[in-house]
Amino acid sequence: MKFLSICLALVFAVGLTQGAQAQLGPLRITIEEGIIRPLPFAVPNFQAETGEAGQLAGDLARVIAADLQGTGVFREIPSSAFIAQYSDFNAPVSFPEWKAINAEALVTGAVSVSGKNVNVKFRVFDVVSGTNLGEGLQFSGTTDGWRRMAHKVADEVYSRITGEGGYFDSRVVYVSETGPKDDRKKRLAVMDYDGANVRYLTDSSSLVLAPRFSPTGDRVLYTSYESGFPRIYVLDIGSVQRRVLQSGDGTMSFAPRFSPSGQTVVFSISQGGNTDIYSMDINSGQSVRLTNTPAIETAPSYNPDGSQIVFESDRSGSQQLYIMSAGGGEARRISFGEGRYGTPVWSPRGDLVAFTKQHAGRFHIGVMRTDGSEERLLTASFLDEGPTWSPNGRVIMFTRETHGEGGASALYSVDITGRVLRQVQTQEGGSDPSWSPLQQ
Amino acid sequence: MKFLPMTLLVAAVALSACTNPNRFGGDAAGSGNPTGGQPLNGIGDGSANDPTSAAYFNQTVGDRVLFEVDQSKLTASGRATLDGQAGWLMTNGDYQAVIEGHADEQGTREYNLALGARRANAAREYLLSKGVPAGRLRVVSYGKERPIEICSNEACYAKNRRAVTVLAGGQTS
Repeated sequence: MKFLSICLALVFAVGLTQGAQAQLGPLRITIEEGIIRPLPFAVPNFQAETGEAGQLAGDLARVIAADLQGTGVFREIPSSAFIAQYSDFNAPVSFPEWKAINAEALVTGAVSVSGKNVNVKFRVFDVVSGTNLGEGLQFSGTTDGWRRMAHKVADEVYSRITGEGGYFDSRVVYVSETGPKDDRKKRLAVMDYDGANVRYLTDSSSLVLAPRFSPTGDRVLYTSYESGFPRIYVLDIGSVQRRVLQSGDGTMSFAPRFSPSGQTVVFSISQGGNTDIYSMDINSGQSVRLTNTPAIETAPSYNPDGSQIVFESDRSGSQQLYIMSAGGGEARRISFGEGRYGTPVWSPRGDLVAFTKQHAGRFHIGVMRTDGSEERLLTASFLDEGPTWSPNGRVIMFTRETHGEGGASALYSVDITGRVLRQVQTQEGGSDPSWSPLQQ
Repeated sequence: MKFLPMTLLVAAVALSACTNPNRFGGDAAGSGNPTGGQPLNGIGDGSANDPTSAAYFNQTVGDRVLFEVDQSKLTASGRATLDGQAGWLMTNGDYQAVIEGHADEQGTREYNLALGARRANAAREYLLSKGVPAGRLRVVSYGKERPIEICSNEACYAKNRRAVTVLAGGQTS
């Protein structure tokens, strides 16, 4: 993927209005001061360069617009407001007509279809200054992968305008749920980040929990009761072949996560009522005990370079967050607010830890710096838990379960300002999401 | 304007796999009896009047003990129930048991798995202290995954915070 140089991004920022500059500034300013004015953009239907491309020309534009709109950083100007007629990718852009409807960014494209092959071209414009924002790009692929091509375009647009990596061409593995609370059926599923292209990876004959993507997005760790006891399995997403990783007799294992290298798995074992954290070489099966206390130690998560692990422990008397070396040893507590803290997940940028907090009968998803400072709660509900980070560290997906006898689980996402909260559409109920890295 | 060509590798790998119903290799028989408290078939005569039956154990002796919020310490009534279980298990030596630990929904999934393990283990340790052989008692935690009551208040939560002794037939090998 070709990325725009920083110089070009700066040129664009300078050309924008005052309000837009505010949200193009450093991310932290945007987050903490909450001064976002979503940047208005337009994505007219792409030009269909071949007769077969007519449907795709509209569909691509709609997916790109939905990706950008869904960030909360951008605001789509609907096509009903358009004055300019867009029909020729190579014709000069009539900037005054886009300016007149207050569009600040414009994405134009063209698509051609030949048999199963699709070719997509696009350009991004800074309407205010009337300039190209980076070079045009083209993607080629196949018709059944058209949504990925749209996500790739949207990732590129997002990156060019925000200066950050995108997250649209990514997937989420999660637990798909049906049935009432006392007869809940669960199976693993994988989908595009926006809920499209669902595939089921297991059936619901055995309880399955908490799938976690590998760093390359091709495998999933999860916990299954198919032996009658909770054990950790690793599943290949392409072939759905799976194998048990840890099967010590008389033990239960759960809460697995990959190391950033994909070679090591960190997880919990319960034995004799005590739960501790272990790491295991995924190839040799050799494991190392990392904690050794009578407390509950679980939910481990590596930092991006794999040298440290954040986890939860009730060694102080209630669930709190700690960080230790990836080899175990002394841990330092990082959570000190009121309430209980669990399920910490290190952000892919390395700067924040997302967590679940319980306080005063409510559940929250929150973030804090890795030294425990600057804690911010992003959500509040009857039951929110289990955060997972988008590949660029901008958005967190999590499980929300509703109250009472009809209680059901669904996937939600929230950006790290806490401003853009939305439900992720799934065919059935959903829980325990794990976000993949950007696809290659 | 110059265009940079790129190729998307689109994974269409498993579209055809959907036609094979056995592709998951799932083993429903291995998933056990996760809810607990159901009379077992094929063990004893099933009649609650038969003091050697699983039904008698479940209903008359009492197959479960309950716990306080976020606790795994046995209550006085829990210990009394386990005294009865221990006596029954000592008398009916053909049975093994799996003790299932459970939590209410007020807690994160992983923590509740660990808490359920503590509860199941507390019940097991008590039974061992009363002389039940260790080889007959296994533990499993379901965390908050298998509530028997579904309301979201303490009346239901109190019944969900439990350790259930689920009988299985046959001698330990």
